[in-house]
Amino acid sequence: MASFSVVLLTLGIVIVLIANSWLAIGQFGVWRFLVSTEWNPVTAEFGAATTLFGTLVTTFLSLLIAIPVAVGIAVFVTEVSPDCLKAPIGMAIELLAAIPSIIYGMWGLFTLAPLMANHVEPFLQATLGRLPLFSILLEGTPMGIDLLTSSVILSIMIIPFTASIARDSFNLTPAVVKESAYGLGATRWEVIKNIVLPYSKLGVFGGVVLSMGRALGETMAVAFVLGNRHQITTSLLDAAATITVSLANEFAEADSDIYLSSLFYLALVLFAMSFVTLAIAKLFLLRAERRYSR
Amino acid sequence: MNIRQKRKAESWIALFCSSLAALFGLFWLVFILTDVLIHGISGLNLSLFFNDPAPAGVDGGGLRNAFVGQLMIIGVAACIGVPVGVLGGTFLAEYARGRSLARVISVLADIMVSVPSIIIGTFVYAVMVKPLGHFSGWAGAVALALIMIPVVLRTTEDMLSLVPWTLREAAFALGAPYYKVITQVVYRGAATGILTGILLSIARVAGETAPLLFTSFNNAFFSVNMNGPMPSLTVSIFQYAMGPYEDWHAQAWAAAFIITVVILVVTITSRLIIRWRYK
Repeated sequence: MASFSVVLLTLGIVIVLIANSWLAIGQFGVWRFLVSTEWNPVTAEFGAATTLFGTLVTTFLSLLIAIPVAVGIAVFVTEVSPDCLKAPIGMAIELLAAIPSIIYGMWGLFTLAPLMANHVEPFLQATLGRLPLFSILLEGTPMGIDLLTSSVILSIMIIPFTASIARDSFNLTPAVVKESAYGLGATRWEVIKNIVLPYSKLGVFGGVVLSMGRALGETMAVAFVLGNRHQITTSLLDAAATITVSLANEFAEADSDIYLSSLFYLALVLFAMSFVTLAIAKLFLLRAERRYSR
Repeated sequence: MNIRQKRKAESWIALFCSSLAALFGLFWLVFILTDVLIHGISGLNLSLFFNDPAPAGVDGGGLRNAFVGQLMIIGVAACIGVPVGVLGGTFLAEYARGRSLARVISVLADIMVSVPSIIIGTFVYAVMVKPLGHFSGWAGAVALALIMIPVVLRTTEDMLSLVPWTLREAAFALGAPYYKVITQVVYRGAATGILTGILLSIARVAGETAPLLFTSFNNAFFSVNMNGPMPSLTVSIFQYAMGPYEDWHAQAWAAAFIITVVILVVTITSRLIIRWRYK
């Protein structure tokens, strides 16, 4: 019986979220809610575009940073490092996943944000900021409380997920295939590039999508350093809001029914996004598993 | 440079980059931990454990209420989440073994493990806080329990399927009914694994903040009344760190330090146990 609690929970979440956001769904519709940039509790006009923008930008940027690092770590742990270092390094990376997100958030607010504001962001502006496209992305006064800092923290948080799944799928590559490649005189890198990576493509991809699902829904780590400002900006050095951050900041103080209902609507949108993402990830991982267990 | 040297150099550069990536990951871990350590220890003192919060802006005071509240919420959450999770996992691994129903539920549980915890918070708010009209410690505990259930369920299922089928057959041959086989043979074989899984899941929910923000809320006073708003360490950290006072920041760091140490110790020991037991 108890196992059905999971099914009940899933269905319950869907039903409850829809029921509670019904008011807002009726008032703002689906498409209009998703594209409206209005978020104004005073005039009771709500739209999801600003928070969706924040969520998607931070997720995308953090994946951009995390994927190369995570794959690099996986390569290091499976192919490069001496045997005695494999377990400790793997464990250390997994510890990064065990640190609660609020610690990341607090560390981000007190340590990383000043660091970004005083050193990293001015440096980026002085170097990359001179190039045509980047000058738009990096304009404004660096405050540290912005999209870039949030993405960096998010990327640190999702590296362990991607890395450990990538490592596991690398390990599934049969040793015989690798050895035959070595036998043909391939260098280590050529073995990794031409044998291991193609072989574990599905698994790595699943891991990436899984961490994307994580990044979409991460709350506390970004709540500290994003500023919760409902706006769409072209500069990464500006405050913004994600769905999770507005939920965390505004839920307990929403005073009107339509306000609360709109927040439930946001939660519903987030749930749909992360559920679909995670389901896709799971599908890839299951496929990968099935292919290699034969 | 001939082609062989070029290939060697290329290989060397790529492997060097991957080592750099590993260093990069370790760097963040060390950076965060030392930062929490340095700030945390300097904020640590006895009044943190034995005093309640002072009025806003007044120095001194502690977080006794938050420690007690946190322990109570997690305790209740474990009391709900662990039995449901273990029973559910047992059903999937034993009674529904190999059926497509079991596979669907376990995939669903896998997805629910990663669903944003703040969604669980909004769900519990709608189900428990809104109808009752006030925040409560029970709601916070239920939210954490809902996060624990899929985690415990999946580990239980995995650990039970590691117990060899022949062991069960041996027990059947002695005439034992299935429930006896499960409680006396299978559970004993998988006990270490299930227990460490439970520990890991507790460590995981202990650091959760988002689902508590609008379920158990916060409370500046000492309270053991689960019907009212309950303070918790994580929500206090959030409030204190965002607050304007230096003294609050120091206390937030100290609380963060304690949570991190507890969670890391629990995580490391359970992982070591799993490694030692299953490899």
